[in-house]
Amino acid sequence: MLQHQHAAHCESGVISSLLSHHGLPVSEPMALGLSNALAFAYLPFIKLNGQPLVAYRLPPRAIIKGLTKRLGVKVRYQTFRDPIKGTEALEAAVAEGQPVGLQTSVFWLPYFPEDMRFHFNAHNLIVYGKQDREFLVSDPVFESPVTIKSRDLLRARFAKGALAPKGMMYHLDSVPDNIDYVRVVPDAILKNWRVMTKAPLPIIGIRGIQYMAKKIANIDKGFSDDRSRKLYLGHIVRMQEEIGTGGAGFRFIYASFLQEAGKLLDDPTLLEASEMMTSTGDSLREFALSLAQLCRKNNDPVSGASTASKQLSACGEQEAEIWKLLASWAKQKH
Amino acid sequence: MDESQVPQDQSRTYGGHQKLLYVKSDGGDYRAVTSSGWAVEEAATLAAVEELERLARESWLAANSGAVAPLQYHMYAQRMDIALLSKVTGLFQCRIRYHFKPHIFAKLSDELLTRYSNALGVDISALHQLPGEP
Repeated sequence: MLQHQHAAHCESGVISSLLSHHGLPVSEPMALGLSNALAFAYLPFIKLNGQPLVAYRLPPRAIIKGLTKRLGVKVRYQTFRDPIKGTEALEAAVAEGQPVGLQTSVFWLPYFPEDMRFHFNAHNLIVYGKQDREFLVSDPVFESPVTIKSRDLLRARFAKGALAPKGMMYHLDSVPDNIDYVRVVPDAILKNWRVMTKAPLPIIGIRGIQYMAKKIANIDKGFSDDRSRKLYLGHIVRMQEEIGTGGAGFRFIYASFLQEAGKLLDDPTLLEASEMMTSTGDSLREFALSLAQLCRKNNDPVSGASTASKQLSACGEQEAEIWKLLASWAKQKH
Repeated sequence: MDESQVPQDQSRTYGGHQKLLYVKSDGGDYRAVTSSGWAVEEAATLAAVEELERLARESWLAANSGAVAPLQYHMYAQRMDIALLSKVTGLFQCRIRYHFKPHIFAKLSDELLTRYSNALGVDISALHQLPGEP
Protein backbone atom coordinates (compact mmCIF):
# COMPACT_ATOMS: atom_id res chain seq x y z
CA MET A 1 0.00 0.00 0.00
CA LEU A 2 1.29 3.44 -0.92
CA GLN A 3 2.43 5.58 2.00
CA HIS A 4 0.88 9.05 1.71
CA GLN A 5 3.43 11.89 1.74
CA HIS A 6 2.46 15.51 2.32
CA ALA A 7 4.36 17.77 -0.08
CA ALA A 8 4.60 21.44 -0.95
CA HIS A 9 4.10 20.96 -4.67
CA CYS A 10 1.98 18.44 -6.53
CA GLU A 11 4.36 17.30 -9.25
CA SER A 12 7.53 16.97 -7.15
CA GLY A 13 5.39 15.42 -4.41
CA VAL A 14 3.89 12.77 -6.70
CA ILE A 15 7.21 11.69 -8.16
CA SER A 16 8.95 11.67 -4.77
CA SER A 17 6.13 9.53 -3.40
CA LEU A 18 6.11 7.09 -6.34
CA LEU A 19 9.90 6.66 -6.25
CA SER A 20 9.84 6.03 -2.51
CA HIS A 21 7.09 3.47 -3.04
CA HIS A 22 9.33 1.68 -5.54
CA GLY A 23 12.19 1.52 -3.08
CA LEU A 24 14.19 4.60 -4.13
CA PRO A 25 13.62 7.26 -1.48
CA VAL A 26 14.02 10.73 -2.97
CA SER A 27 12.92 13.75 -0.94
CA GLU A 28 10.69 16.36 -2.55
CA PRO A 29 13.46 19.02 -2.62
CA MET A 30 15.88 16.48 -4.11
CA ALA A 31 13.28 15.63 -6.76
CA LEU A 32 12.91 19.30 -7.71
CA GLY A 33 16.66 19.94 -7.68
CA LEU A 34 17.59 16.92 -9.77
CA SER A 35 14.89 17.75 -12.31
CA ASN A 36 16.60 21.13 -12.96
CA ALA A 37 13.11 22.63 -13.04
CA LEU A 38 13.67 25.79 -11.00
CA ALA A 39 12.97 28.71 -13.28
CA PHE A 40 11.33 32.03 -13.74
CA ALA A 41 9.11 32.95 -16.64
CA TYR A 42 6.85 35.91 -17.25
CA LEU A 43 4.52 34.95 -20.09
CA PRO A 44 2.19 37.82 -21.05
CA PHE A 45 0.68 35.87 -23.97
CA ILE A 46 -0.61 33.04 -21.75
CA LYS A 47 -3.56 34.42 -19.82
CA LEU A 48 -5.09 33.08 -16.61
CA ASN A 49 -8.37 34.85 -16.06
CA GLY A 50 -6.95 37.73 -18.04
CA GLN A 51 -3.63 37.86 -16.15
CA PRO A 52 -0.18 36.88 -17.48
CA LEU A 53 1.27 33.53 -16.45
CA VAL A 54 4.13 33.96 -13.99
CA ALA A 55 5.94 30.67 -13.44
CA TYR A 56 8.71 29.91 -10.99
CA ARG A 57 9.52 26.53 -12.49
CA LEU A 58 9.65 24.83 -15.87
CA PRO A 59 6.33 23.91 -17.51
CA PRO A 60 4.13 21.09 -16.18
CA ARG A 61 5.55 17.57 -16.57
CA ALA A 62 9.13 18.95 -16.67
CA ILE A 63 9.81 17.94 -13.06
CA ILE A 64 8.80 14.31 -13.62
CA LYS A 65 10.42 14.08 -17.05
CA GLY A 66 13.63 15.85 -16.01
CA LEU A 67 14.08 13.83 -12.84
CA THR A 68 13.27 10.39 -14.21
CA LYS A 69 15.49 10.91 -17.24
CA ARG A 70 18.41 11.97 -15.07
CA LEU A 71 18.00 9.02 -12.69
CA GLY A 72 17.32 6.44 -15.37
CA VAL A 73 13.81 5.71 -14.12
CA LYS A 74 11.50 4.31 -16.79
CA VAL A 75 8.04 5.86 -16.77
CA ARG A 76 5.10 4.75 -18.86
CA TYR A 77 2.76 7.58 -19.86
CA GLN A 78 -0.67 7.02 -21.36
CA THR A 79 -3.25 9.45 -22.64
CA PHE A 80 -6.71 8.54 -23.84
CA ARG A 81 -9.02 9.94 -26.46
CA ASP A 82 -11.92 7.97 -25.02
CA PRO A 83 -12.76 8.69 -21.35
CA ILE A 84 -14.24 5.20 -20.96
CA LYS A 85 -10.94 3.60 -22.01
CA GLY A 86 -9.14 5.94 -19.63
CA THR A 87 -11.32 4.82 -16.74
CA GLU A 88 -10.90 1.15 -17.63
CA ALA A 89 -7.12 1.51 -17.72
CA LEU A 90 -7.18 3.19 -14.31
CA GLU A 91 -9.43 0.47 -12.87
CA ALA A 92 -7.10 -2.21 -14.23
CA ALA A 93 -3.98 -0.59 -12.77
CA VAL A 94 -5.65 -0.16 -9.41
CA ALA A 95 -6.85 -3.79 -9.43
CA GLU A 96 -3.22 -4.87 -9.89
CA GLY A 97 -2.24 -2.81 -6.87
CA GLN A 98 -0.20 -0.44 -9.04
CA PRO A 99 -0.25 3.18 -7.78
CA VAL A 100 -0.59 5.53 -10.75
CA GLY A 101 0.01 9.22 -11.21
CA LEU A 102 -2.71 11.25 -12.91
CA GLN A 103 -2.78 14.71 -14.39
CA THR A 104 -6.04 16.48 -13.57
CA SER A 105 -7.81 19.80 -13.46
CA VAL A 106 -8.00 21.47 -10.05
CA PHE A 107 -11.45 22.98 -10.57
CA TRP A 108 -13.25 19.66 -10.87
CA LEU A 109 -11.78 18.08 -7.74
CA PRO A 110 -14.54 18.35 -5.11
CA TYR A 111 -12.18 17.85 -2.18
CA PHE A 112 -10.32 21.10 -2.95
CA PRO A 113 -11.23 24.10 -0.78
CA GLU A 114 -13.78 26.24 -2.63
CA ASP A 115 -11.49 29.29 -2.73
CA MET A 116 -8.68 27.29 -4.34
CA ARG A 117 -10.74 25.84 -7.19
CA PHE A 118 -9.49 27.55 -10.31
CA HIS A 119 -9.26 26.27 -13.86
CA PHE A 120 -5.75 24.88 -13.84
CA ASN A 121 -5.27 21.64 -15.74
CA ALA A 122 -1.83 20.46 -14.68
CA HIS A 123 -2.43 19.21 -11.18
CA ASN A 124 -0.89 15.86 -10.24
CA LEU A 125 -2.13 13.22 -7.81
CA ILE A 126 -1.80 9.50 -7.15
CA VAL A 127 -4.62 6.96 -7.21
CA TYR A 128 -3.69 3.90 -5.17
CA GLY A 129 -6.91 1.97 -4.67
CA LYS A 130 -10.66 1.76 -4.91
CA GLN A 131 -13.23 1.24 -2.20
CA ASP A 132 -16.93 0.93 -2.92
CA ARG A 133 -17.40 3.44 -5.72
CA GLU A 134 -14.66 5.81 -4.74
CA PHE A 135 -11.02 6.00 -5.71
CA LEU A 136 -8.45 6.35 -2.96
CA VAL A 137 -6.32 9.37 -3.72
CA SER A 138 -2.98 10.44 -2.36
CA ASP A 139 -2.96 14.12 -3.29
CA PRO A 140 0.43 15.37 -2.14
CA VAL A 141 -0.68 18.90 -1.34
CA PHE A 142 -3.11 17.57 1.28
CA GLU A 143 -2.09 16.34 4.75
CA SER A 144 -4.01 13.06 4.46
CA PRO A 145 -5.32 10.78 1.72
CA VAL A 146 -8.73 11.68 0.26
CA THR A 147 -11.37 9.89 -1.80
CA ILE A 148 -13.15 10.87 -4.99
CA LYS A 149 -16.18 9.55 -6.84
CA SER A 150 -15.47 7.90 -10.15
CA ARG A 151 -17.45 10.41 -12.20
CA ASP A 152 -15.80 13.41 -10.49
CA LEU A 153 -12.35 12.02 -11.22
CA LEU A 154 -13.39 11.38 -14.81
CA ARG A 155 -14.35 15.02 -15.26
CA ALA A 156 -11.10 16.22 -13.69
CA ARG A 157 -9.02 13.91 -15.90
CA PHE A 158 -10.73 14.89 -19.12
CA ALA A 159 -11.11 18.63 -18.53
CA LYS A 160 -10.44 20.65 -21.66
CA GLY A 161 -8.63 23.92 -22.24
CA ALA A 162 -4.97 24.92 -21.86
CA LEU A 163 -2.75 22.00 -20.80
CA ALA A 164 -5.67 19.59 -21.13
CA PRO A 165 -4.64 16.37 -19.35
CA LYS A 166 -6.39 14.03 -21.86
CA GLY A 167 -6.67 11.47 -19.09
CA MET A 168 -2.90 11.37 -18.65
CA MET A 169 -1.88 8.46 -16.45
CA TYR A 170 1.62 7.29 -15.63
CA HIS A 171 3.39 4.68 -13.60
CA LEU A 172 7.00 3.71 -12.97
CA ASP A 173 8.17 0.72 -14.99
CA SER A 174 11.65 0.31 -13.59
CA VAL A 175 13.67 2.12 -10.96
CA PRO A 176 17.46 1.93 -10.42
CA ASP A 177 18.86 0.63 -7.12
CA ASN A 178 20.70 3.78 -6.19
CA ILE A 179 21.57 7.32 -7.26
CA ASP A 180 25.05 8.45 -8.26
CA TYR A 181 24.86 11.85 -6.56
CA VAL A 182 28.45 12.75 -7.49
CA ARG A 183 27.39 12.70 -11.12
CA VAL A 184 23.76 13.86 -11.10
CA VAL A 185 23.99 16.84 -8.74
CA PRO A 186 26.50 18.88 -10.80
CA ASP A 187 24.73 17.80 -13.96
CA ALA A 188 21.34 19.06 -12.73
CA ILE A 189 22.80 22.30 -11.38
CA LEU A 190 24.57 23.07 -14.63
CA LYS A 191 21.37 22.49 -16.62
CA ASN A 192 19.45 24.68 -14.22
CA TRP A 193 22.04 27.42 -14.57
CA ARG A 194 21.33 27.37 -18.31
CA VAL A 195 17.59 27.68 -17.66
CA MET A 196 18.14 30.70 -15.43
CA THR A 197 20.74 32.52 -17.48
CA LYS A 198 20.83 31.30 -21.07
CA ALA A 199 17.23 31.43 -22.28
CA PRO A 200 16.90 33.11 -25.66
CA LEU A 201 13.95 35.25 -24.51
CA PRO A 202 14.24 38.24 -22.15
CA ILE A 203 11.17 37.08 -20.21
CA ILE A 204 12.73 33.86 -18.93
CA GLY A 205 15.26 33.29 -16.15
CA ILE A 206 16.97 36.14 -14.36
CA ARG A 207 16.22 38.50 -17.25
CA GLY A 208 12.57 37.57 -16.75
CA ILE A 209 12.75 38.64 -13.11
CA GLN A 210 14.11 42.02 -14.19
CA TYR A 211 11.45 42.23 -16.89
CA MET A 212 8.67 41.79 -14.32
CA ALA A 213 10.40 44.31 -12.02
CA LYS A 214 10.21 46.84 -14.87
CA LYS A 215 6.54 46.05 -15.46
CA ILE A 216 5.84 46.77 -11.80
CA ALA A 217 7.84 50.00 -11.87
CA ASN A 218 5.75 51.15 -14.85
CA ILE A 219 2.42 50.21 -13.36
CA ASP A 220 1.05 53.72 -13.87
CA LYS A 221 0.92 52.90 -17.59
CA GLY A 222 -1.13 50.29 -19.38
CA PHE A 223 -3.90 49.87 -16.81
CA SER A 224 -7.29 51.53 -16.89
CA ASP A 225 -7.67 52.02 -13.15
CA ASP A 226 -6.33 51.14 -9.70
CA ARG A 227 -8.68 48.18 -9.37
CA SER A 228 -7.07 46.44 -12.33
CA ARG A 229 -3.59 47.39 -11.06
CA LYS A 230 -4.36 45.78 -7.72
CA LEU A 231 -5.70 42.65 -9.40
CA TYR A 232 -2.46 42.40 -11.37
CA LEU A 233 -0.24 42.83 -8.30
CA GLY A 234 -2.36 40.38 -6.30
CA HIS A 235 -2.05 37.91 -9.14
CA ILE A 236 1.75 38.05 -8.87
CA VAL A 237 1.51 37.25 -5.15
CA ARG A 238 -0.73 34.26 -5.93
CA MET A 239 1.61 32.91 -8.60
CA GLN A 240 4.51 33.13 -6.17
CA GLU A 241 2.88 31.88 -2.99
CA GLU A 242 -0.45 30.19 -3.53
CA ILE A 243 0.08 27.54 -6.17
CA GLY A 244 2.03 24.96 -4.13
CA THR A 245 5.42 26.59 -4.40
CA GLY A 246 6.58 25.80 -0.89
CA GLY A 247 6.88 29.54 -0.31
CA ALA A 248 8.74 32.19 -2.31
CA GLY A 249 8.24 30.58 -5.70
CA PHE A 250 10.09 27.30 -5.02
CA ARG A 251 13.21 29.13 -3.75
CA PHE A 252 12.94 27.56 -0.28
CA ILE A 253 12.50 24.07 -1.74
CA TYR A 254 15.55 24.63 -3.92
CA ALA A 255 17.56 25.93 -0.95
CA SER A 256 16.60 22.75 0.88
CA PHE A 257 17.82 20.71 -2.10
CA LEU A 258 21.15 22.56 -2.13
CA GLN A 259 21.57 21.86 1.57
CA GLU A 260 20.70 18.18 1.22
CA ALA A 261 23.10 17.81 -1.72
CA GLY A 262 25.81 19.77 0.12
CA LYS A 263 25.59 17.39 3.07
CA LEU A 264 25.55 14.27 0.88
CA LEU A 265 28.61 15.40 -1.07
CA ASP A 266 30.19 17.10 1.96
CA ASP A 267 30.56 20.27 -0.09
CA PRO A 268 30.78 23.74 1.49
CA THR A 269 29.98 25.59 -1.76
CA LEU A 270 26.56 24.00 -2.03
CA LEU A 271 25.85 24.83 1.61
CA GLU A 272 26.85 28.43 0.96
CA ALA A 273 24.61 28.56 -2.12
CA SER A 274 21.78 27.15 -0.01
CA GLU A 275 22.20 30.01 2.49
CA MET A 276 22.11 32.52 -0.35
CA MET A 277 19.04 30.93 -1.89
CA THR A 278 17.27 31.06 1.48
CA SER A 279 18.05 34.73 1.66
CA THR A 280 16.60 35.30 -1.85
CA GLY A 281 13.50 33.42 -0.74
CA ASP A 282 13.18 35.66 2.30
CA SER A 283 13.49 38.72 0.06
CA LEU A 284 10.79 37.36 -2.25
CA ARG A 285 8.47 36.93 0.73
CA GLU A 286 9.12 40.58 1.67
CA PHE A 287 8.40 41.55 -1.91
CA ALA A 288 5.05 39.69 -1.70
CA LEU A 289 4.30 41.53 1.53
CA SER A 290 4.97 44.87 -0.17
CA LEU A 291 2.64 43.95 -3.04
CA ALA A 292 -0.05 42.94 -0.55
CA GLN A 293 0.22 46.35 1.09
CA LEU A 294 -0.15 48.10 -2.27
CA CYS A 295 -3.31 46.05 -2.88
CA ARG A 296 -4.99 47.07 0.38
CA LYS A 297 -8.15 49.10 0.26
CA ASN A 298 -7.57 52.85 0.08
CA ASN A 299 -3.88 52.33 -0.69
CA ASP A 300 -2.45 53.82 -3.85
CA PRO A 301 -0.83 51.02 -5.88
CA VAL A 302 1.22 53.42 -8.03
CA SER A 303 3.22 55.39 -5.47
CA GLY A 304 4.73 52.37 -3.71
CA ALA A 305 5.34 50.36 -6.85
CA SER A 306 8.91 51.52 -7.41
CA THR A 307 9.95 50.24 -3.96
CA ALA A 308 8.43 46.82 -4.68
CA SER A 309 10.05 46.82 -8.10
CA LYS A 310 13.46 47.49 -6.55
CA GLN A 311 12.96 44.66 -4.08
CA LEU A 312 12.24 42.25 -6.91
CA SER A 313 15.13 43.55 -8.97
CA ALA A 314 17.46 42.96 -6.00
CA CYS A 315 16.19 39.36 -5.83
CA GLY A 316 17.13 38.97 -9.48
CA GLU A 317 20.64 40.29 -8.81
CA GLN A 318 21.01 37.95 -5.84
CA GLU A 319 19.99 35.00 -7.96
CA ALA A 320 22.47 36.01 -10.65
CA GLU A 321 25.21 35.80 -7.99
CA ILE A 322 24.01 32.39 -6.80
CA TRP A 323 23.97 30.94 -10.30
CA LYS A 324 27.41 32.31 -11.04
CA LEU A 325 28.72 30.52 -7.95
CA LEU A 326 26.83 27.31 -8.73
CA ALA A 327 27.88 27.27 -12.38
CA SER A 328 31.59 27.58 -11.62
CA TRP A 329 31.23 24.83 -9.01
CA ALA A 330 29.33 22.53 -11.36
CA LYS A 331 31.75 23.08 -14.24
CA GLN A 332 34.64 21.96 -12.02
CA LYS A 333 32.82 18.82 -11.00
CA HIS A 334 31.41 18.00 -14.37
CA MET B 1 12.63 31.49 6.44
CA ASP B 2 13.19 30.26 9.98
CA GLU B 3 10.83 27.79 11.56
CA SER B 4 9.82 30.37 14.18
CA GLN B 5 8.62 32.72 11.39
CA VAL B 6 6.26 30.26 9.72
CA PRO B 7 2.92 32.06 9.52
CA GLN B 8 -0.06 30.33 11.12
CA ASP B 9 -2.78 32.76 10.06
CA GLN B 10 -5.66 30.24 9.80
CA SER B 11 -6.45 31.36 6.25
CA ARG B 12 -10.03 30.68 5.32
CA THR B 13 -8.95 30.00 1.74
CA TYR B 14 -7.24 26.79 2.96
CA GLY B 15 -10.64 25.43 4.04
CA GLY B 16 -9.13 24.06 7.25
CA HIS B 17 -6.23 22.37 5.46
CA GLN B 18 -2.53 22.85 6.04
CA LYS B 19 0.17 23.64 3.55
CA LEU B 20 3.72 22.35 3.62
CA LEU B 21 6.62 24.81 3.65
CA TYR B 22 10.36 24.17 3.67
CA VAL B 23 12.02 26.21 6.40
CA LYS B 24 15.15 26.24 8.52
CA SER B 25 15.02 24.75 11.97
CA ASP B 26 16.95 26.25 14.91
CA GLY B 27 19.98 24.12 14.09
CA GLY B 28 20.06 25.48 10.50
CA ASP B 29 18.78 22.28 8.90
CA TYR B 30 15.98 22.47 6.38
CA ARG B 31 12.78 20.68 7.29
CA ALA B 32 9.17 20.59 6.16
CA VAL B 33 6.58 22.13 8.46
CA THR B 34 2.88 22.80 8.01
CA SER B 35 1.31 26.23 7.92
CA SER B 36 -2.35 27.06 8.41
CA GLY B 37 -2.02 30.05 6.10
CA TRP B 38 -0.43 33.42 5.44
CA ALA B 39 -2.52 36.60 5.49
CA VAL B 40 -0.63 37.99 2.46
CA GLU B 41 -1.49 34.97 0.34
CA GLU B 42 -5.05 34.80 1.67
CA ALA B 43 -5.72 38.41 0.68
CA ALA B 44 -4.44 37.75 -2.85
CA THR B 45 -6.54 34.60 -3.26
CA LEU B 46 -9.64 36.29 -1.90
CA ALA B 47 -9.16 39.26 -4.24
CA ALA B 48 -9.11 36.86 -7.20
CA VAL B 49 -12.17 34.99 -5.93
CA GLU B 50 -14.02 38.26 -5.30
CA GLU B 51 -13.28 39.39 -8.83
CA LEU B 52 -14.84 36.18 -10.18
CA GLU B 53 -17.81 36.62 -7.87
CA ARG B 54 -18.22 40.24 -8.97
CA LEU B 55 -18.36 39.17 -12.62
CA ALA B 56 -20.92 36.48 -11.79
CA ARG B 57 -23.04 38.91 -9.76
CA GLU B 58 -23.05 41.57 -12.49
CA SER B 59 -23.90 38.95 -15.06
CA TRP B 60 -26.73 37.63 -12.86
CA LEU B 61 -28.22 41.12 -12.65
CA ALA B 62 -27.94 41.57 -16.42
CA ALA B 63 -29.50 38.17 -17.07
CA ASN B 64 -32.23 38.81 -14.52
CA SER B 65 -33.20 41.99 -16.35
CA GLY B 66 -33.20 40.09 -19.66
CA ALA B 67 -30.26 41.96 -21.18
CA VAL B 68 -28.16 38.82 -21.52
CA ALA B 69 -28.77 35.07 -21.58
CA PRO B 70 -28.24 33.06 -18.36
CA LEU B 71 -25.43 31.27 -20.20
CA GLN B 72 -23.12 34.17 -19.42
CA TYR B 73 -23.93 33.94 -15.72
CA HIS B 74 -23.23 30.18 -15.69
CA MET B 75 -19.89 30.79 -17.38
CA TYR B 76 -18.78 33.20 -14.67
CA ALA B 77 -20.33 31.13 -11.90
CA GLN B 78 -18.12 28.24 -13.07
CA ARG B 79 -15.10 30.57 -12.85
CA MET B 80 -14.56 30.70 -16.58
CA ASP B 81 -14.24 33.58 -19.00
CA ILE B 82 -14.96 33.76 -22.73
CA ALA B 83 -11.38 32.82 -23.66
CA LEU B 84 -11.53 29.66 -21.58
CA LEU B 85 -15.09 28.72 -22.55
CA SER B 86 -14.04 29.10 -26.17
CA LYS B 87 -11.11 26.70 -25.65
CA VAL B 88 -13.24 24.17 -23.77
CA THR B 89 -16.17 24.17 -26.20
CA GLY B 90 -14.14 24.66 -29.36
CA LEU B 91 -16.42 27.55 -30.38
CA PHE B 92 -15.10 30.92 -31.51
CA GLN B 93 -15.31 33.70 -28.94
CA CYS B 94 -17.45 35.88 -31.21
CA ARG B 95 -19.89 33.01 -31.58
CA ILE B 96 -20.17 32.60 -27.82
CA ARG B 97 -20.78 36.34 -27.48
CA TYR B 98 -23.53 36.01 -30.08
CA HIS B 99 -25.08 33.20 -28.03
CA PHE B 100 -25.21 35.52 -25.03
CA LYS B 101 -28.08 37.37 -26.72
CA PRO B 102 -31.25 36.07 -25.07
CA HIS B 103 -33.27 35.67 -28.30
CA ILE B 104 -30.39 33.79 -29.96
CA PHE B 105 -29.80 31.59 -26.95
CA ALA B 106 -33.51 30.67 -26.85
CA LYS B 107 -33.21 29.13 -30.34
CA LEU B 108 -29.92 27.28 -29.77
CA SER B 109 -29.73 23.72 -31.13
CA ASP B 110 -29.52 20.76 -28.78
CA GLU B 111 -26.05 20.02 -30.11
CA LEU B 112 -24.73 23.44 -29.03
CA LEU B 113 -26.57 23.29 -25.73
CA THR B 114 -24.95 19.92 -25.02
CA ARG B 115 -21.54 21.40 -25.72
CA TYR B 116 -22.13 24.22 -23.26
CA SER B 117 -23.63 21.82 -20.74
CA ASN B 118 -20.59 19.52 -20.89
CA ALA B 119 -18.11 22.38 -20.74
CA LEU B 120 -19.73 24.02 -17.75
CA GLY B 121 -20.93 20.93 -15.92
CA VAL B 122 -24.44 22.39 -15.82
CA ASP B 123 -27.55 20.48 -16.99
CA ILE B 124 -29.19 21.78 -20.17
CA SER B 125 -32.41 22.63 -18.33
CA ALA B 126 -30.44 24.58 -15.72
CA LEU B 127 -28.57 26.50 -18.45
CA HIS B 128 -31.80 28.28 -19.33
CA GLN B 129 -32.44 29.36 -15.76
CA LEU B 130 -30.93 31.62 -13.15
CA PRO B 131 -30.60 30.60 -9.51
CA GLY B 132 -32.62 32.63 -7.00
CA GLU B 133 -29.64 34.82 -6.25
CA PRO B 134 -26.05 35.12 -7.58
